[in-house]
Amino acid sequence: MSSVPAGVRWGLRAYAWLVLGLLYAPLLVVAVFSFNTGTSLAWPPKGFTGSWWAEAVHNDGAREALLVSLRTAALATLVALVLGTCAAFAIQRFRFFGREPLSLMLVLPIALPGIVTGIALNAGLQRAGIQLGILTLVVAHATFCIVVVFNNVVARLRRMSPNLEEASADLGAHRGQTFLYVTFPLMRSALVAGGLLALGLSFDEIVVTTFTAPAGSETLPQWILNNLNRGEQQPIVNVVATAVMLLSVIPVWLAQRLTGGSGGLTGRSR
Amino acid sequence: MTASTIGAPAGPPDPAGPGGGGPPVGMRDGRARQVSRMLDRHPRARLFGVLTWPTVWLLLIYVGSLVALFVTSFYRLNEDGTGIVKELGVSNYRQLIDTDTYRTIALRTLWIAVLVTVIDVALALPIAYYIAKVAKPRWRPLLAAAVLVPLWGSYLVKAFAWRAILGDPGGVLAETVGTSPGYGLTGVVVVLAYLWLPYMILPIYAGLERLPDSLLDASGDLGAGFVRTLRSVVIPVLVPSIVAGAVFTFSLSLGDYIAVQLVGGPTQTIGSVVYANFTADLPFAAAYAVVPVVIMVVFLLGIRRTGALDNL
Repeated sequence: MSSVPAGVRWGLRAYAWLVLGLLYAPLLVVAVFSFNTGTSLAWPPKGFTGSWWAEAVHNDGAREALLVSLRTAALATLVALVLGTCAAFAIQRFRFFGREPLSLMLVLPIALPGIVTGIALNAGLQRAGIQLGILTLVVAHATFCIVVVFNNVVARLRRMSPNLEEASADLGAHRGQTFLYVTFPLMRSALVAGGLLALGLSFDEIVVTTFTAPAGSETLPQWILNNLNRGEQQPIVNVVATAVMLLSVIPVWLAQRLTGGSGGLTGRSR
Repeated sequence: MTASTIGAPAGPPDPAGPGGGGPPVGMRDGRARQVSRMLDRHPRARLFGVLTWPTVWLLLIYVGSLVALFVTSFYRLNEDGTGIVKELGVSNYRQLIDTDTYRTIALRTLWIAVLVTVIDVALALPIAYYIAKVAKPRWRPLLAAAVLVPLWGSYLVKAFAWRAILGDPGGVLAETVGTSPGYGLTGVVVVLAYLWLPYMILPIYAGLERLPDSLLDASGDLGAGFVRTLRSVVIPVLVPSIVAGAVFTFSLSLGDYIAVQLVGGPTQTIGSVVYANFTADLPFAAAYAVVPVVIMVVFLLGIRRTGALDNL
C-alpha cells in the first residue's frame, strides 16, 4: 500500500521481526538449557552436552509420563474429531434454534480460564460420583479440543462448493457414498490439521489436567511441574520441557502447512 | 453409475458393486439408500444426526460441570473441616466479600488482566498491520503461521522458560541486560502478556485482511494522511477484532495460576487462591472460581453489540 510512509514501513518491519523473535526466544532458551553441562537454570550455560537427553530417555518417571500423555492426547483427539466434525456440519449447514449458543459453548472451554474448566469438571465428576481416572482425563481434554477441530472443519466446509455433493447425488450416489467418496476426501486435510492441533493442545495442557487426572499417574507437563523444585532433576526437566515443546509445536506447524493458515483461531473469522 | 467414479481415489469397492449390471441390489446398499432417501426428505433428521452428539457432550459434561461448580460454591465445610455440608448457603461468598485479603487479590487479578490486555493490544496492532498490509503478499500466510504456532502448544514450557529468563540473579535478563524485574507482580504481567499475545495478533490480523485496500486508498485520496487513516478508518473497523482478542487475553489472565506459581514469587491471584484451597476447601475454592466466570459473563454481555462474538 503506497500511503504508508517509508519510515513507518521500515519501522513496522523492524518491529514485526523483533516481536516474532521475542515470541520464539523463550522456547529457544529452554532448548539451550537442555544441552547445558551445568545443572541449574543459571545463564550463561556452562558447556554443551547431550548426556541429559540420553539420561532422560532412561528416566522411568518421564517415560511413563510420556506414555500417559500420548495415550490421553490420542484418545482425546479421536473424540474431538468426531464431535468437532459433527458440530461443524450442524453449524455450517443448518440454521436452527440455539445455533449461536452452541458456537459459544464450543469455544467456552478454551475461552474461560483453565482453572474454571478444571475445577468445574472436578466438581461435576465428584457430584456424579465418578472416580478420577485416565477416562476422566480423556473426557476433559476432548472437551477443550473439540473447538480446534470444529474451527478447521467449519473453515473447510465454508469454502467447499455444494456443487460437487449435488453432482454426486444427481449421479445416483446415496448419502453414505457421497460422504465417503466426495465430502470426506475434500475435508481430509482439514481433519488432519484439526487433529494435529488437538494433539498439540492436549499434549501440553496442564491446568485442566491437574484437576481431572487420577492420583497415581502423571502426564509429561505434570511431571515437569512436580519435578521443577527438585534440584537434582533440573537438567532432566529441561530436556522433558524441550521435548514437550517439540511434540506440541511440530504438529501445530504441520497443521499450518496443511491448511495454509486458514484454520485455527482465525478459521471462523474468514 | 455410482459415486465411486467421480474422481474418487481408489476407495473400497462399493458394497453393491458398480451399477450398470442387473437388477439385484445388495441388501446393505438397499438399506443405505432407504436411509439416504429418508434423510433427503427430512432435513430435521439430518440436523438431529449431527447436532445431538456435540450438544449432549457439551451440555452434559461442560455445562453440567459449570452448574455443579456453581452449586458447590454454596455448600460449606463442616465444623472440623473433614467433609462438605451439602446445604445451600452464602457463607463462602460472605467470606470473600468480608475478608480484605480476598478482595485485594480479586482486584489485583482484575488489574493484571486489564493491564495484560492493554499491553497486548498495543503490541499486536503494529505487527498485525505489518503482516496484513505492509509485508509482501507471499510472506503474509507464513508470518501469520509463525504467530499461530506458539499459540496452540507449549503453554507450560513457555511459562517455564520465563523462569529461566526472569531469575535474579542468574536469569538470562539479569546476566545479559543487567537488569530483571525478577519473580513478582511485574514478572506475572510480562509473562501473561507474552503468553496471550498471539490470541490478540490473530483476530486483528484477520480483521485487517478483511479490510479492503481500496478503503485505505479512498481515505488517502480524500486527503487523509497515514495517521488520520489509521484513526478514522482502520481502528474503528478493527474494534470487533480487538474485543475478540481481549476476550481471550482478559479471561485467560483472570484465571491463570501456573505462570503465577512459576514467576510470581509471593504474588497471589484468584487462580492461585483457588488452586491452594481446592483440596482443603472445595466449596470455598468453587466460590472464588465463580468470580472470574461472573466477570467474564458481564464482559461477554457487554461486548455482545460489538459483534466481537462472531470473531472468537
